Amino acid sequence: MDGAALPALLPARFADWFTARGWSPRSHQLAMLEKARSGRDALLIAPTGGGKTLAGFLPSLVELMQRPPRNGPPGLHTLYISPLKALATDVARNLTAPVTEMGLPITIEARTGDMSVAKRQRQRLHPPDILLTTPEQLALFCAWEGSRAFFADLSQVIIDEIHAIHSSKRGDLLSLGLARLQEFAPNLRRTGLSATVNDPDMLRRWLSPGPGMVDLVMGEPGAPAVIDVLLSDNRVPWAGHTAQHAMAEVYEVIKGARTALVFVNTRFQAEFAFQELWRLNDDNLPIALHHGSLAPEQRRKVEAAMARGDLRAVICTSTLDLGIDWGAVDLVIQLAAPKGSSRLVQRVGRANHRLDEASRALLVPANRFEMLECRAAADAVAENALDGDPARDGALDVLAQHIMACACGEPFDEDGLYTEVCHAGPFKGLTRDSFNEVLQFVSTGGYALKTYDHFRRIVKGRDGKWRVRNPQTALRHRLNSGAIVGPELLSIRMSSRRGGGGGRKIGEMEEWYFEGLTNGDTFLFGGQVWRFEGIVGLDVLVTRSHDPDPKIPSWGGSKFPLSTYLAKRVRGMVHDEAGWRRLPDDVREWLEAQKQHSSIPATDGLLIETFPHQKRHFMYCYPFEGRLAHTTLAMLLTRRLDRLGVGPVGYLANDYAVSVWALESMADIDFDVLFQEDMLGDDLEAWLEESYLMKRSFRQCAQISGLIERRFPGQEKSGRQVTFSSDLIFDVLRRHQPDHLMLKCARTDASQGLLDLRRLGEFLARIRGRIQVTRLDKLSPFAVPMLMEIGKEPVYGGRAGEMVLEAASLEALIEEAMA
Amino acid sequence: MSVAFSRSGYGFAASPCGSARVGLAGAEVLMRASGALWIEATQTLAVADLHFEKGSAFAARGQLLPPYDTGETLRRLEAEVAALSPRTLIFLGDSFHDGRAEARLAPRDAIRLAELARGRQLIWVVGNHDADGPRILPGEVVEDLVVEGLMLRHEPRPGLQPNETAGHLHPSARIVARGRSVRRRCFITDGERVILPAFGAYAGGLSVRDVAFAGLFARTPTVVALGADRAHVVAWTSVAGE
Repeated sequence: MDGAALPALLPARFADWFTARGWSPRSHQLAMLEKARSGRDALLIAPTGGGKTLAGFLPSLVELMQRPPRNGPPGLHTLYISPLKALATDVARNLTAPVTEMGLPITIEARTGDMSVAKRQRQRLHPPDILLTTPEQLALFCAWEGSRAFFADLSQVIIDEIHAIHSSKRGDLLSLGLARLQEFAPNLRRTGLSATVNDPDMLRRWLSPGPGMVDLVMGEPGAPAVIDVLLSDNRVPWAGHTAQHAMAEVYEVIKGARTALVFVNTRFQAEFAFQELWRLNDDNLPIALHHGSLAPEQRRKVEAAMARGDLRAVICTSTLDLGIDWGAVDLVIQLAAPKGSSRLVQRVGRANHRLDEASRALLVPANRFEMLECRAAADAVAENALDGDPARDGALDVLAQHIMACACGEPFDEDGLYTEVCHAGPFKGLTRDSFNEVLQFVSTGGYALKTYDHFRRIVKGRDGKWRVRNPQTALRHRLNSGAIVGPELLSIRMSSRRGGGGGRKIGEMEEWYFEGLTNGDTFLFGGQVWRFEGIVGLDVLVTRSHDPDPKIPSWGGSKFPLSTYLAKRVRGMVHDEAGWRRLPDDVREWLEAQKQHSSIPATDGLLIETFPHQKRHFMYCYPFEGRLAHTTLAMLLTRRLDRLGVGPVGYLANDYAVSVWALESMADIDFDVLFQEDMLGDDLEAWLEESYLMKRSFRQCAQISGLIERRFPGQEKSGRQVTFSSDLIFDVLRRHQPDHLMLKCARTDASQGLLDLRRLGEFLARIRGRIQVTRLDKLSPFAVPMLMEIGKEPVYGGRAGEMVLEAASLEALIEEAMA
Repeated sequence: MSVAFSRSGYGFAASPCGSARVGLAGAEVLMRASGALWIEATQTLAVADLHFEKGSAFAARGQLLPPYDTGETLRRLEAEVAALSPRTLIFLGDSFHDGRAEARLAPRDAIRLAELARGRQLIWVVGNHDADGPRILPGEVVEDLVVEGLMLRHEPRPGLQPNETAGHLHPSARIVARGRSVRRRCFITDGERVILPAFGAYAGGLSVRDVAFAGLFARTPTVVALGADRAHVVAWTSVAGE
């Protein structure tokens, strides 16, 4: 940008402010001003620490300063939307500083679900100039009467952290909300802010209100990160997910840093690492814990202490992947493998929010396969090779919610709404037939049996417009809107001494966590050991315990599966013998032993091993396609092996391999036939029929679409009842109308998410004709890690529920017999 | 298979059809995997809490649940009737979700119900949801009745009630084994009285650990949980709190 253009873009008051702070505006900040001036939508991609947020807001601040005086109160000028509530409030605070310092007459407010109703109502009557909020609040705005007038003056909308939200149902909902805003304020300008991504064009299309792409502005790249992989003095363990072997070294590294962020992949790992580090913490370093299940006040406390610079380390999960800048962090430690290079970049970027200094990070692999993965991830980041979520088609259950919201807001014309929805990125390919099907669903439930015609939720008036049936229906919609339907959360509370109700709330945890616990079991939470005293309603009652050996159900490697991109690099590393010398001795020896005793898989092929072990016959294969795709593969293989008569009894799947064990040998099976792609046909259908995954997906779709309401005015339906009744509804619907829209939605979700069918399909195609089988008489070095996990992880199956019942009823018979 | 009575005085045995054969207050009954109770001596089939037209009751309030619950409940009932050819079919109350449910029945469902009465007697025990019983459908409407020495009524009376066979509470159990748990509808009995699970497709469940069940049984009860094709006898120790 040439210097003469500067004053024109940046008013003197702003230029003076920059100078007074000893700064000069960065080129991407000026570029954003220029885009705004010419009325262009733009996506800004910049690493953290580049003044990205200010770049997004500068055009609004300049416009608001130059705004001519007008009659009547001004409307909302800029809407900022962030996926994190905390970020919305934090940005509001950070933005106030320059506004006050420049003496700009601009009002800034945040709006989140936590705010009082009174305050939110006041905001509706007297909107600020700049409002900062979340996608869920935007969805609620759409369902208001009078939202059109409220947004009539809106000039700019800023979407922060687009990379983290575009590829999800929240992203679908946000995108529909943006299309609605554009309808209210046709000249609305869109600004997107994103971290570095592998495919900027995808985000540019997502953000665009039309068929094309928004303009792209690239920030200056930061200094390259310095990433090391910890080569522990102790040897790298064969198996496990906790990196317990390296804790002493991790502690030493923390001691040498100013402030460290220690990322782990699950909250169990977080609890464990916290416990272990405090065991070693002779210096009493202030080390804190932060994960999504802790009570919000507790998390805020940790964040505040961090902001003050009072902490030396925080053990955290993905809850701190995004968010507030902490200047003091100078080191990021990743305990256990990062699973994807983009996630690693994001996490590494949390250290040192200054562009000119390199971020410093240390990867700590928990086992040998993870050593390969960490190496691959570090290499990928060095080459700036990123992985990313693919673009998705908008979910129809989300569309159903949005159509209902629109009807609650104001009467709509169906042709107009269809056109509007097609302007939302993920719904650009939506057919009119699909739209009509969703519209019918919203109105009558979309049932083949037309018995609900007089119970329509939205009705078409004589003017041809659709409107909500009555104010109660609209109220109920507003209570239930949003696209985050997590697993049912239970509150963990101290059991009050006199029995009865629960006391202080310690945090929240998904329902399934407690499935395997019985009263009296002890478990780790929030860095303490608790005794499980039972569940009352939606409360888990606990008491303090001093049990030194608490039960920790399912370590589960990670909730994110290994990314496709990283998997490919790992396969390449395994195959590249010349590169083995970069690895620690014991890992290299392990690979060499594998080569000697079995074989090394080809980069694009599949290695299968069969061997007997302890009266069982094993089959191992190493697709490196991530846990989700592997679990699906294992289920389907088990069905086929059952038909072949080898009597499969169990399986295990992790990010790298699948293992199936059976009563009979599998050495003579035709593996080309076994791994044929047609397993994604009938076998998949049959398995889905009885899969708990479908029920889980259905529950989510049913809640998002409004088929099942979680909340009624004046009462909260307990999650447990929802669990039960959505399963009942699923069973009935599947039998009586298997092609119902919500079953199709559930199926799509299951195959994209939990089953990872796309990836499995690509894998099966890739290995066709490239299967190498080694028939061994004993286990191979590669097989050892997973063999050590067997028995530690629950084995799920289609009839798992029945198996639990059979086991329980067997115990009853024994008890009877012995009584 | 004969009934194996244990020292505690009441016994369970498997039967070839997947039911649990149970000694109950001197009578012998089969607890079916469907949730129905079969009193073989009098060829009587009893089902509780069908809640016909619960789906349309919700729809009228704006929640459009699939309108197939009555059809599905009837399908399950017809399967039991076909398997056992009962002489008497007893509905243990709350057969209809509300007082207007009978009027909302789809004509073809009303016909199916009338078909069930062909060649056998239908007895409608009234419940709190359907205090008047059906008006048009065939069958006799009663407050309670005695079959094989068992007192059949809708709502369990408080305290110990030997011989009582009731519904109303929709018992379900969270059963833990091998570190996992499942939640199923169930019968609950101490050999003296029994509470039947709800039979209706949309009828929810109430944990047998709930306070509503306290004080109903003279000794530690046993749960018979409904599996896919078997009724599973489960000891109280395997039943977890919710």
